Amino acid sequence: MSNSVIIEGPNVAHGIDTGDHHHGHEHHEQHFITKYIFSQDHKVIGKQFLITGIVWAVIGALMSVFFRLQLGFPNETFPIMEKFLGEWAKGGKLSPEFYYALVTMHGTILVFFVLTAGLSGTFANLLIPLQIGARDMASPFMNMLSYWFFFLSSVIMFISLFVQTGPASGGWTTYPPLSALKEASLGSGVGMDLWLISMALFVVSSLLGGLNYISTILNMRTKGMTMTRMPLTIWALLFTAVLGVLSFPVLLSGFVLLIFDRNMGTSFYLSEIFIGGKALPHVGGSPILYQHLFWFLGHPEVYIIMLPGMGMASEVLSNHSRKPIFGYMAMIISLIGITLLAFLVWAHHMFVTGMSPFLGSVFVLLTLLIAVPSAVKVFNWLTTIWRGNIRFTVPMMFALGFVSLFISGGLTGIFLGNSALDIHLHDTYFVIAHFHIVMGVSAFFGMFAGIYHWFPKMFGRFMNNTLGYIHFFLTFAGAYLIFWPMHYEGIAGMPRRYYDYSAWESFKHFDNLNAFISIAAIMVFFAQLIFVVNFFASIFRGRKVMVKNPWGSPTLEWTTEINPGHGNWEGDIPEVHRWPYDYKDDGNGNDFIPQTVPLRPGEEAH
Amino acid sequence: MSGFLTIVLIGLVFVIIYQIAKASEYSTVLRGEEKINRRVNRSMALLFLLFFVAGMIGIVICHNALSDKMLPVSASDHGVRYDSMLFTTLVVTGIVFVITQTLLFWFAFRYQSTEKRTSFFFPHNNKLELVWTTVPAIAMACLVAIGLRNWVRETSAPPKDSMVVEVVGKQFNWLIRYPGKDGVLGKRDFRKIDDANNILGLDWSDKDNMDDVIAQNGELHLVVNKPVSLIIGSRDVIHDVGLAHFRMKMDAVPGIVTTMWFTPTITSAKMKEITGNKDFVYEISCDQMCGKGHYSMRGTVIVETQEEYDAWMAKQQSYYALNNAPATPAAPAADSSAAPVQKTDSAKVLTMK
Repeated sequence: MSNSVIIEGPNVAHGIDTGDHHHGHEHHEQHFITKYIFSQDHKVIGKQFLITGIVWAVIGALMSVFFRLQLGFPNETFPIMEKFLGEWAKGGKLSPEFYYALVTMHGTILVFFVLTAGLSGTFANLLIPLQIGARDMASPFMNMLSYWFFFLSSVIMFISLFVQTGPASGGWTTYPPLSALKEASLGSGVGMDLWLISMALFVVSSLLGGLNYISTILNMRTKGMTMTRMPLTIWALLFTAVLGVLSFPVLLSGFVLLIFDRNMGTSFYLSEIFIGGKALPHVGGSPILYQHLFWFLGHPEVYIIMLPGMGMASEVLSNHSRKPIFGYMAMIISLIGITLLAFLVWAHHMFVTGMSPFLGSVFVLLTLLIAVPSAVKVFNWLTTIWRGNIRFTVPMMFALGFVSLFISGGLTGIFLGNSALDIHLHDTYFVIAHFHIVMGVSAFFGMFAGIYHWFPKMFGRFMNNTLGYIHFFLTFAGAYLIFWPMHYEGIAGMPRRYYDYSAWESFKHFDNLNAFISIAAIMVFFAQLIFVVNFFASIFRGRKVMVKNPWGSPTLEWTTEINPGHGNWEGDIPEVHRWPYDYKDDGNGNDFIPQTVPLRPGEEAH
Repeated sequence: MSGFLTIVLIGLVFVIIYQIAKASEYSTVLRGEEKINRRVNRSMALLFLLFFVAGMIGIVICHNALSDKMLPVSASDHGVRYDSMLFTTLVVTGIVFVITQTLLFWFAFRYQSTEKRTSFFFPHNNKLELVWTTVPAIAMACLVAIGLRNWVRETSAPPKDSMVVEVVGKQFNWLIRYPGKDGVLGKRDFRKIDDANNILGLDWSDKDNMDDVIAQNGELHLVVNKPVSLIIGSRDVIHDVGLAHFRMKMDAVPGIVTTMWFTPTITSAKMKEITGNKDFVYEISCDQMCGKGHYSMRGTVIVETQEEYDAWMAKQQSYYALNNAPATPAAPAADSSAAPVQKTDSAKVLTMK
């Protein structure tokens, strides 16, 4: 498997720097601040996104533990909650206001801060230059700004958790009028303003990042790296960025109008409202307008979360099966199909909002069309592992789990995308189950596959395998235990976002099931802590990577030094001669041929 | 302090776990990495397959445990078609689910790495890819066709003879307005709302309002086998009229009138028999997040025979009579929002009918 010599430690590599590179990338010792904090190195920025994402993920997951305690055991008190939440959980009993705040923040944090910034922020930054053969992003400075805008947005969101009236609590979709009127809910006070400011900054961060990713991929590929020789991770990250760049501005416009409605007396979303004992002067606005603007991002957002996972799963499945990805072109075409359709299906979130039923039927058709490229991807993944030579490494298991969860969660989308079925399932636990499996857990599995697979590239060390396997099985089993039974609750009509079901004749008999789900959720939370410990401990104590290409992968990132410096390659950037999935005998006993190896005489390019 | 100690303790436990796991890794290296890796690979492949078997058994257990907790037979005619469509979709997706998951786990186990195995170089096959693009496309087309047929039916105009009832959401309960003898709901205007004596802002200059009945306890009385058209509105934020037993749902949006219609087919009394639950009641759940009391925004539906309905209705007093409101229009709202009312007098055309 090894195809290169061992170079140890981060500093040795600098020692062999002869200084005769034609590029002026510096190797002199950088100050700690420019190297690790205000860094313009894409690899460091990627790690910054990842670590910030992990911190947010722990916070977001902890919130779910708190509200699951309430849902599973509505009659118990948990004094430990008072320690964390203070007044909001007096005597260990969560207040309804804060329950809704927790639900809202859990959604916001996981969707935006973890699975958008933490996922594509990490891997677009890490992988794009390394896999296309570039020394850095098109604009390293903009890239740095992208992280720091995200950081600022994070700080503001974090502060909003501590304001007196609590953070935003109108659901992560923050529909007006609930989110627009301070009288409607405690969380629609200062907390909501901070939420909007934070999200606006988040959009800025996302755009700075996205534009950079696109221009880097289009302009900075190394010699020989044609578009059809790019690994599928890069294709996926390209379309992720395109989706973000085209849809986030629409979300921002929706937020700006909401800020106007909240603070400047406009009536974009407000009409004929009587609240807090008086009729408001607003007439003529439409709350549905906000929903259109929100979901015009909101739906592409689902694919912003899914596509990186799809790309990384493709890469990992192929690599650890020692077999080319099946249907490389079909994979790209299906990515294009998903990207185009992602913009044309947003209103399937709004079938029962009073939108025109005719419009609804158009969106049914377009929505179910997405099942076709998704099915193609699944069948291609299955064929990729068929007759492979599968190494059950930790990243491979997460990639296999990704496919399993993507199938389970994707199929339930066929129910919800069909308006005639959605009319009953809308806003029930069926929806919770569907999107948690497909864009929650499945996307996380793609991310975990990526982290375990590229950790050696990020830190020059391996993560611990034993803990990785434990983490995998607990999470995989736990995810199904939590979300599978929720489908039943949803078909039984149990509404989402309820604080307590015990007063409902139709739903109260699910109390034991809710307790079961809560226990499973808490178990999964602790399983994630195993990952967190493994991650941070392995940065310092993990087994050192001894060869440049530990996974035997043909792609370019593994041709760099074990701990590449800023600029990635010591000498010239390697030239690419073949596609990234040449898993065949190279004649020297290796079962793959790196992209940098020229075609042999008589060998046909893929 | 004890909380801090707990956290430290948990942290310590994790550090110990990490150290043990690390030690096991070193022992792997000592005992010959190649051999151990093969063994790990075998056991993980087996575990992965066992996971699948356990999962499939789990699905059956889950189904058995929960199938008697599901909703009873649908209480509306839309719902009957709904259930059959849900079943069709379940069968189609169920088949795909079982096939793809089985292949996934079986391939993974069957083609686990061994010393002798080499992978099969199989980069693409146009015929295969064409097949699995076309087949899902056809399956989807069928599901869309069934769906749209039902959707058009559900969202079509209600039959002429259907009874009309207005359902209005407010934080955090439902107000139900019946049109009274004339069968017409009078005009209302949000500026005329007064929690004391004009809870829906009925316009008293509109004679159609005089006999309208408002049920403030959120009780929606319907006649069995008689189509009902719900006129849905909201006083403050977005709510949603969720009728799980009738398989219907529609948002209540301030400033916009939404509607839905269906025909209830089973009376409440009959449903008590069917479910064997003497406390059974059709419930209206709010299905759109509307604030801190969202979870308690409960209404009920009482489906009864025409005679029972008439007897109940005969006992109701019109909202006008109940409040004996002054005959001068707009007087109730004048104190709280006088300015906007005067300024936008012409905007009263916005009132809902």
